[in-house]
Amino acid sequence: MGNAARNVEIAQPKQYEASKSTWDNIAASQQFRDLMATKKTFIVPAFIFFVVYYFALPVLVGYAPQFMSTKVIGQVNLAYLFALSQFFVAWIIAGLYVRAANNFDRLSRDILEKAENTKGGN
Amino acid sequence: MNISLFMFLLFIAITLGITYWASKRSAGASAYFAASRQIKGWQNGIAVAGDYMSAASFLGIAGIIAFQGYDGFLFSVGWLVAYLTVLLVIAEPLRNAGKYTMADVLAYRLKPRPVRAMASLSTVTVSTFYMIAQMVGAGALVKLLLGGYVNYNQAVIGVGILMIVYVVFGGMLATTWVQIVKAVLLMAGTILLSILVMAHFHFSFASFFNAISQVTYHDAKGQQVVKDFLQPGLRYKPPYGPLDLISLGLALIFGTAGLPHILVRFYTVPDAKTARNSVVWAMVLIGSFYIMTTFLGFGAATIVGPDFIKGHGGTNMSAPLLAQALAGNVFFAFISAIAFATILAVVAGLTISATTSFSHDFWTNVIHKGVERRPGEEVLVARISAFVVGAVAIAIAIVLGPTANVAFLVALAFAVAASANLPVIVLSIFWRRFNTAGAVGGLAVGLLASIGLILVSPSLMAIDPPTVTGAARHLIQAKAWFPLENPGILSIPLGFVGAILGTLLSHEPSSQEKFNELLVRSNTGLGAERATAR
Repeated sequence: MGNAARNVEIAQPKQYEASKSTWDNIAASQQFRDLMATKKTFIVPAFIFFVVYYFALPVLVGYAPQFMSTKVIGQVNLAYLFALSQFFVAWIIAGLYVRAANNFDRLSRDILEKAENTKGGN
Repeated sequence: MNISLFMFLLFIAITLGITYWASKRSAGASAYFAASRQIKGWQNGIAVAGDYMSAASFLGIAGIIAFQGYDGFLFSVGWLVAYLTVLLVIAEPLRNAGKYTMADVLAYRLKPRPVRAMASLSTVTVSTFYMIAQMVGAGALVKLLLGGYVNYNQAVIGVGILMIVYVVFGGMLATTWVQIVKAVLLMAGTILLSILVMAHFHFSFASFFNAISQVTYHDAKGQQVVKDFLQPGLRYKPPYGPLDLISLGLALIFGTAGLPHILVRFYTVPDAKTARNSVVWAMVLIGSFYIMTTFLGFGAATIVGPDFIKGHGGTNMSAPLLAQALAGNVFFAFISAIAFATILAVVAGLTISATTSFSHDFWTNVIHKGVERRPGEEVLVARISAFVVGAVAIAIAIVLGPTANVAFLVALAFAVAASANLPVIVLSIFWRRFNTAGAVGGLAVGLLASIGLILVSPSLMAIDPPTVTGAARHLIQAKAWFPLENPGILSIPLGFVGAILGTLLSHEPSSQEKFNELLVRSNTGLGAERATAR
């Protein structure tokens, strides 16, 4: 690899360039608008949900410490269980996002193919 | 030979081997700054975890839980949940539209020179603050762990030289693999420690939590007290405690996605989908680790006890002392070596993010207007600046000394990332009207507000009794003007206000011209930087 590696900068494929009208056309296309709408439908509610769920923890623990000290299982209290649940909720949201993102990938693949065909590659 | 010293040297030998291997594969800018964008998703996920879980997590959080119980565990929660912002909002657009730094995304449709200059200043500030906190911690820690072999100054110089060697010779590839090795070691050590803690309680969660609910120690007045360590409120007390907790949460949730050393990691993978997968890998590791701080922290509180820890090096020694109590000196040495590895991997990540930004943003794009005068100049400048950044960090850490109060520097780094970096990244991707004045305004206001509020916070402003001397004294001897240790709750809104006002008060039609291009690029990956041969 030694010497060949020194030429990577030259061998690097050129960035995709296009005129302003091409970008505007893609941005205005139905496919792209579908992609953005699909993304928004997942990301906005997911973001709001996790922010609210997360900040419920410091708010409840900070302003209702007595309530959060309620013991649920043996010595384990509500505060600890709620904190622990945050980890699993974060993992679940991440998992759901990955599933939803497969959809985003499919939609953007169509846009990419169309763009690169009309331009004849880069 | 001392077993701790042996394990430290073994880790150093392995990482220098990695650096030698990587040095032969780091020719060219894409190879040096972004490991040729060939890191696999799972590898990058482990490296992100290794880059992120600092000694502040491993030793710091275990220590806070050991002394202040449940409130310390709240740190753990925020440290993971923050990755949802990275996953949902930042990682993919950044990978799609950028090249080496976060400023690449900002400069796309804004005036590159002012935006890159400010972004570079903010990046170097965040990385340097974070690095100094790690270096001072490293010096104090290595001195404690290898007591008799090295003193504080030697330890700081040693850590500094190693991080410079990794970055100067091995670039991003060496940094990545040092982080991977460290993350694997850290996970292994933490899992082992957790199992040993549970074995101590005969694998009964009931008796573990029973012990946590009645931790016995002596308080500041020397009175013996028994406290339920699962109860909230041992650290964050009224009147300002709850607000400080929320402010900390804000800085974590919005700051992690603006930490330059985390963001650069997403340029090392071939495409946005791999970047996404690497965040998920990182979340699995980071989440598992922080859940296990339950065993590390509460284990230290119950098995070792706050009194003993206080007498043997203080809070930061909780995890190593727990290892010693459970499995003797060899395990103590192993856990100590992991702490050392943890620090090295994090400071290497910080160094490369600072030098990439200085060289790519400031040198090439601000000073030389985007033209590399000689092939390889950008990498050469990065190597030189890695050397300079390392030397400056060593010097500052030595001047501050081992007793300096540096915990606030980590809070400051997160606050700047959340208040300056995140608002402008988000607005430049999502707000068509956003412009150069907005970006510069947001970065400047976020940076100044964070630094200003920390300066007048209880971290730097308090009245010490005369018994507190030297570097441990607060910088300003007066009652703090701002009551919270974490400025996020005020500085983040200020950063957004700066960015929005700057935009609305200025007129720059050209910034909107390329918005569609950035929108399409960042959301589809059309024309994204590709992996290169290595």
